[in-house]
This record gives sequence, structure tokens and C-alpha cells, in this order.
Amino acid sequence: MHSTDRKVVVTGVGATTPLGGDSPTTWQGLLAGRSAVRLLTHAWAAETPVRIGAEIAVEPTEHLSRTEARKLDRSTQFALIAAREAWADAGFTAPAGTDGSVDPDRLGVVISSAIGGVTSLLQQYDILRDQGVRKVSPHTIPMMLPNTQGANVGLDLNARAGVHSPVSACASGSESVGYAIDMIRTGRADIVVAGGTEAAIHPLNMAGFGNMMAMSKRNEDPAAASRPYDAARDGFVIGEGSGIVVLEAAEHAARRGARVYAEAVGQGLSADSHHVTQPEPTGRGIAAALTGLLDSCDLKPTEIVHVNAHATSTPKGDVAEVKALRKVLGDAMEHVAVSATKSMTGHLLGGAGGVETVATVLALHHRLAPPTINIDVLDPEVEADIVRDEPRALPDGPIAALNNSFGFGGHNVVLAFRTV
Amino acid sequence: MNAVQEEVLSGLATIVNEIAGVAPDEVLPDRSFADDLDVDSLSMVEVVVAAEERFGVTIPDEAAGRMKTVSDAIDYILANR
Repeated sequence: MHSTDRKVVVTGVGATTPLGGDSPTTWQGLLAGRSAVRLLTHAWAAETPVRIGAEIAVEPTEHLSRTEARKLDRSTQFALIAAREAWADAGFTAPAGTDGSVDPDRLGVVISSAIGGVTSLLQQYDILRDQGVRKVSPHTIPMMLPNTQGANVGLDLNARAGVHSPVSACASGSESVGYAIDMIRTGRADIVVAGGTEAAIHPLNMAGFGNMMAMSKRNEDPAAASRPYDAARDGFVIGEGSGIVVLEAAEHAARRGARVYAEAVGQGLSADSHHVTQPEPTGRGIAAALTGLLDSCDLKPTEIVHVNAHATSTPKGDVAEVKALRKVLGDAMEHVAVSATKSMTGHLLGGAGGVETVATVLALHHRLAPPTINIDVLDPEVEADIVRDEPRALPDGPIAALNNSFGFGGHNVVLAFRTV
Repeated sequence: MNAVQEEVLSGLATIVNEIAGVAPDEVLPDRSFADDLDVDSLSMVEVVVAAEERFGVTIPDEAAGRMKTVSDAIDYILANR
């Protein structure tokens, strides 16, 4: 009844990020080359060695009612806002099954984060310790479970084909989009709402990431702290937010006359099996994911003109990724415009793959690659054509772009999109 | 309804408004928490804990399970505080 190799397209985008409360303002912020990194003003930030981050531009309480928000982890609030935007952007006005436009049994949701409902978990632990058992919220467990974001968006949209939350640290958002592509391709669903989210700007995470020396300590100059590919980069800057896309079987989108942003061509996956947090320095694992992508779908290296890199501004990771791209794409790398949007948004951890999927899709749709900011001196080991400071026009004709995401644990996810 | 009952009703209305977002003037004695006031089983636990604190009563789980309507709660609170 359903084909096992159907074409998948993107018909809706949504985001709430440090650059803006929706996808248009986020996209404008990216094109403007605006850093969203600020000095954190929480009282606890005075105690932590890292005192900078990219906090959400529009607090979720601006979009959600108080009673809705109080049962949802902050990361779920972000995901719900971004998912509702993407759903409306795809042309839907009501949850599946309520207005006849979408069959709930053919709608899926795949949304995940790196750390789950960690803010709720820690808040409720504080309540347990300070006020006792009776005061712990009965909503604690559903708020902190790692599937909480997908589950709540699934409930909101009435998705019954399957709700999933594949977790792979900072690759989670992209792994979710890849899983969603397969759900449609293999006929399990006609529409899947997919992406990533994260809300982890909490002193425990700041202490943990800080003590492992993963984050930039450029507290004196927050806007310049996230500087992928710059010779003086010293670690990532934490961000928060969510990016969500609506993926749809091409024939389903055509039948309802939906606007199509891009084709979701496929994914490549691999694992480094090298170190629990360090990237494999030669980029072997990333290269395997890229090769897997090219082998598994109808995509030629010469079609690829843009990469939204994982590039978190860590000394080792940024170089390993470029090495892998060069190795697999070869001469085709000469016409690939590489952008590191984390230079502006910070690193949204599990949200990064979602937001960068939105950015990659919009880059193809507008044929405009967003810039990378804060490169004063390009690291000589970065042998790639980096889009610096200003957006760059992408060529006419059929073109493709990649979104790379990698996670602690050695997870490598590469997603490919193409103009339609 | 006497003044004491009115006082408990008013307190419950504040609690239900805080937890479920229902307008206080819709919290009336004959209303069912689950069916009329959008208080699901998890939120009912929050209502019970808040009521214990506000009215200085202990509401065991069995008693909470029997509180179907707002007047059930008013009666229990007045009988036990």
C-alpha cells in the first residue's frame, strides 16, 4: 500500500532560538551575522568559571499559557512553540483528525534533546531536598523523561503513526530528522514533525561542561566567544532553543498543494568508537557518515554547494569535520560554501540539529548561505571555503546542502537536502 | 452556603485557578474536578497538596480519591480541620 522509497520534502519550518522567537526572525538574525551570546545574569553565574550563554530571545511564557507551561519542561515549551509554528507554516490550522486535513494515523512526531527534562529534574530535586516528598510535583516524571518533548508535541498535534525521541547527545536533533525521513520513506507515515530542542542553561550543566574544559571562557567578550574556525577558538558557548521541520511525502504535499521548501534527500550515520567526549581527530567517523549518505541516496558530491557545519568552536572538532569533508567530497569541496551558524546562536546541544536543519532548508530555499562570524585569523588547518561575515548567494539550478551534527559518545549524523 | 463554606470555596477557587487556569467564578460546589474543571488525576494531586497547606488539614490518598466535586472537598476540609 505504501512505497518503501518515497520522496520526502520539507513543507514547514519553525524555531525559537537565541536570535528570535520564530523562524523568520532567526533567519534574519543569521543573515545579519548577529551574535546572541551574552553575559548570563543569573545569581549562580557569579560562581561558575563560564558566565556566558545564548539564552532564548523570546521567553516561552510569551506564547504559552501559565497553566500549559507549568506542566512542561522548558525544553518542551520551546519544542511546542517551534512545532506549532512549523505546523502552521505547513498550512495546517488544527491538530490532525480535527479538520479532516491530516489523518492522525499517518502523522508522526520525532523530537529529542541531548539531556531531556534536566531543568525540571533539578528543580524538583531541590524541592525534594528543601521541602520534602509531599511537595514534589506529580508532573515531575513526565516532565523529565527524555521523551518528554516528542510526547507532548505528539499529544498537541494528535500524532498516532509513532512518536519517537532518538537521543544521541548533540546529534539528537539531526538524528530525529533522519529518523523522520525514514518513517516517511518506508511508509510508516505521510507527515512527520521532527527536530530538536534543549534548555540546559543551569549551573549543574555549566559546572559540568566547564570543568571538562569544553566551553569558551571568553567571559569578557561574550559576542566574540563562539568563533568556529578562528585560530583562537577556545570551546563552545551554550545556547538554548528549538528548531522543528514538517517533513512530508512528496506526493502527499503535491496532492494538497503545499509549498515545498526543499527535498529531504537522506542521511548518513556512523559512530566514532574513539572516546566518550573527544572527536576522532582524523574525522574517520564523520567521513564514514558522509560516505554512507552518498552511498545510500541519489546524491552526487558535485551537487553539494553548501554545508551547515557542526563546528562548535572547539579546537579539535572543527578541524576533524573539515578533514572529513575534504576526504569524502574531494575536488567537489572547491565549490562548497561552509557556514558555522553556531558562531551566532551558540551551541543548542540537542536543539542544534533542529535549528540547523531549519537554517539549511532556508539556505536552499532562499539560495543564500548564512555567514560565520568572529573569524579574525582563520585556522590554517581549516582548508575549506568558509562563508565569513556576510551571507553568500548560492548558485542557480539544482543544488544540495548538508547539515552535520555530532555528539558526545561519537555519534555522527549527516543530513542532505536539495532544491526542488 | 454559610460563611465558613464560602471561605473554603473561595480558597479552592484560587487553587484551581492557579493549577488548571479555570476562572475562579467557575469553581462552584456542584462542579466535578475532572469533568468540569479540567483537573486531571495528576493536577488533582497538586490541588490536594495545596489544599492541605492552605487549610491546615491532612488529606490521605483514599479521601482524595473520593473528592469528585468541589463540595466533596469543602465537606472534607470542614470536617477535618
